[in-house]
Formats: sequence, C-alpha cells, structure tokens
Amino acid sequence: MEKKTPLYETHVKYGGRIVPFAGYLLPVQYETGVIAEHMAVRTACGLFDVSHMGEILCTGADAVENLNLLLANDFTQMYDGQARYSPMCNEQGGVVDDLIVYKLGENRYFIVVNACNKERDFAWMKEHGKGDVKFENISDQISQIALQGPLAKKILLKITEEEQLPRAYYSAKAGCMAGGVPCMISRTGYTGEAGYELYVEAGYAEKLWEILMEAGREEGLIPCGLGARDTLRLEAAMPLYGHEMDDTITPLEAGLSHFVKMEKGDFIGKAALEKAGEPRRIRIGLKVTGRGIIREECPVYAGDTQIGLTTSGTFAPYLKYPVAMALADRDYGNTGQILTAQVRGRMVEAQVVPLPFYKRAK
Amino acid sequence: MKYPEELFYSKSHEWVKLEGDCAWIGITDFAQDALGDLVYVNLPEVGDEVTAGETFADVESVKAVSDIYSPVTGTVAEINEALLDAPETINQSPYEAWLIKVEGVTDKEELLSAAAYQEIAEAEEK
Repeated sequence: MEKKTPLYETHVKYGGRIVPFAGYLLPVQYETGVIAEHMAVRTACGLFDVSHMGEILCTGADAVENLNLLLANDFTQMYDGQARYSPMCNEQGGVVDDLIVYKLGENRYFIVVNACNKERDFAWMKEHGKGDVKFENISDQISQIALQGPLAKKILLKITEEEQLPRAYYSAKAGCMAGGVPCMISRTGYTGEAGYELYVEAGYAEKLWEILMEAGREEGLIPCGLGARDTLRLEAAMPLYGHEMDDTITPLEAGLSHFVKMEKGDFIGKAALEKAGEPRRIRIGLKVTGRGIIREECPVYAGDTQIGLTTSGTFAPYLKYPVAMALADRDYGNTGQILTAQVRGRMVEAQVVPLPFYKRAK
Repeated sequence: MKYPEELFYSKSHEWVKLEGDCAWIGITDFAQDALGDLVYVNLPEVGDEVTAGETFADVESVKAVSDIYSPVTGTVAEINEALLDAPETINQSPYEAWLIKVEGVTDKEELLSAAAYQEIAEAEEK
C-alpha cells in the first residue's frame, strides 16, 4: 500500500491526478497538464512536492571519514551549508544511489536520497559505517517542497528576507523562516532552472505550500507534477537513478566523472573503477530527427549493428522536439553521428547532440 | 467531460460518426484527457483497409504512446492531415478532430450510445 505525503490532500484539492510512484501517491500532473507545467518552470515558476525523497542524518566524530569511504565525491573541504552531489557505489563500481550531502555543521551532515532507494541506502550506510558515526533515517519527519523557475527568488523574497536565502548554487541555509514557517532553504533543484528546495518538518508542509502558492500568484506560479519533473530533468539531461545509472552502470559510464574523485583516499567501488579504466559505453544525448518519440529501453543502432540502449526519452516541451539519452558504445558518441532507434518495431532516426539538451541563460 | 448524443462510442474510447456507409473516427474527450498533452499522431494512408477491433493509428502524449482501434471495417477515404502538425487540436476539441474517414463500411463492432459510454468512462475514472 502506497504512502501519502503530508501534501496528499492538498494535491487532490488542487486537481492533481494521483498515481503511485516509488511507494507514494503523488500527482503526475494537475489540470494544467505536463506541457504547461514544464513551461511555467522555464518561463515563470512551478511548485513541486518532493516529500517522497529520503533524508538521512549522518553524525559523529568520524562522519566525514565515513562519507569519504561511502561516496565517490570528496567531502573533506566543505563549509557549513554547502551541498555536494555524489554517486554512492557498490564494490563493482555500479551505483547504489546518487544523492546530495549538506554539511550542517561540524560532524553533522544531512543526506538526501532517492525515494525508491531510501531503505536500501540507509541499510547500506549502517552496514558499511565505521567508528564514531550514526546514521538516522528521518525521511518521515521531513517534507521537501521545490520552488523552481526564473521567478523563484522574487516569490521567495515576498515571504522571507534576502539574508535568509543561500547565495551560492549548491548551498543552503538552515534555521530560516519563510512566511512564519521554520525551514532550510537550499539553492538546488532538478529542473535545470534557477530555484530553491525547501525542507520543512512534515507538519508544516501544507502551510508552507499554501503560503508559497499565495506569494507566487501574481508571478504565475502553478503546482507541477511528476510528469513535468521528469521532462524538465530530461531536457536538462540530469540523470535519474534506475535509468541513466543503476547497480550495473558505473558513474563514469553515466557521465558523472566530475563527481568521482579518484585521487582521494579509498572509497567503495574505487578499485573496480580503476580496474575498468576508460568506459567502453557512455551516456549520449540524442535529438530525434525522425518522427515519433524514442522512450526508454529502445535498442540503438549504427547501421545494422546495435550499439546501445536508450535510458530515458520524451518530448522536450521547451525545445519542442523529442530527445533521449542512451548508454552506447563510445565510438558512436560523437556529435553529429546519425543513429537509429527501434521504437515499437519501427526505426526512428536520431542525431547525437551534446548534453545538456537545454541550458538556461545565465 | 462531454459525450455528444449524435455519436457512437467504442469501449476503447473512440467515437464514430455514421452517415450511410461512411464513418468518421476520433478519440473521446475522456481519452484525450487521460492521455494528456498530445504531441504526435500517426495515421494510416488513404486506401488502407481498417478492421473493426484492430489498431489503425497511434497517438503520443508527453507521457506515453497509445494505439487507436477502429470501431468499423472499411477503406480509409480521407485522413485529417491537419492533425499531423497540430495534434493538440485533439486535446482542444476531440469531437471535431476526426482522425480518418472510412468508406464502404461493411462491419461494425458493438457500438455504445453516449449514455452507455459515459457510464463506462465514469466507472474507469474511479
């Protein structure tokens, strides 16, 4: 039986079309539809309930050593409030999950993980933890609301002060008040757009949602569902666990080498990644030049030879053409390469393009 | 949700307008709403045969691709080419956005009245 987030009744009230996702009942879209919600985020602002995500608190004198052992990125040099993305690898170099670590203070870290993996991640961390470290799964106590779009800051400033807002991308401020609600405000997101993610105690979620909706009314803020969340992240070529990476796909294959610090000390999966060397298959971007949408798990061909498999694909509403990502033989990953994908028995032409498909103007 | 009285309906959410041995086929308001924003329509060619209960076209929304089934057997006399460039017309006015016109209709599947179809659609919504 799926769980409900603290905002379930709010979604129903706003006309959300509820579907089961990662063990939760969440809106896939509202009456506005995926395209309008996607465009709101690109041109104005959208509000997302992301409370299904997992939160794990990592504390103790050996916290940073444990993070450095568990995760592929390096957590040694961080300031309070800083956020850092990382893959968490298994011994084979595959990905257990990808996550964001916030440094709350000395020996105190807040980890945000994927909804579908939170129990598994928590068990993995506890199993591999060493020395003075404690992991606490606080997922049910925390709700997350994402305010995404070019007008996000303007809207947030109506309910809080400038000094409460984190300045740097990938940083957060804890202990904030927004519209009278205590929260942590983070300058992060999963849409490829400017914006914030707000962490609140579950009991405050509904209040914060309503305050934000009210504050953003004039700016055209609308609630957005999982459908738009997926098209937005795909257009921005952000990887999704279970698609661009999983237990059998390494972060190097997934194009995440920037977040894998081979020069730091040992971490789980490092030996396997070293041994594997330069990956044979890599994540590539495809712009569909034929007719139709290439979705996930379509075989990709160069001539008659299968050279990969798509991992995600959709119609990109802002770009107004379909795009897909694939894990493919690196020899065919050069920009301009023409490939075909088999979609429901039909061959659809596509061209390799650089990632991301969409990048916001700074 | 609209269910025009003058049309007939299939359980798989297509509508049919019958006139002599001609039939216009489209998808219902319920179907377009369930599919969401449509971005592609693939239609047969004029002269193709369609068979009652078999797929003759597909429509793609942002979320998924769906087959469209013919409620009648006959020959495609016309296709609504305007939909190829403007599939969103189906979302906007599903009962005007016919997909194909069939001539020489020889067979039909069991078609439903507006009231009977409405009952089925509303039951599915729950």
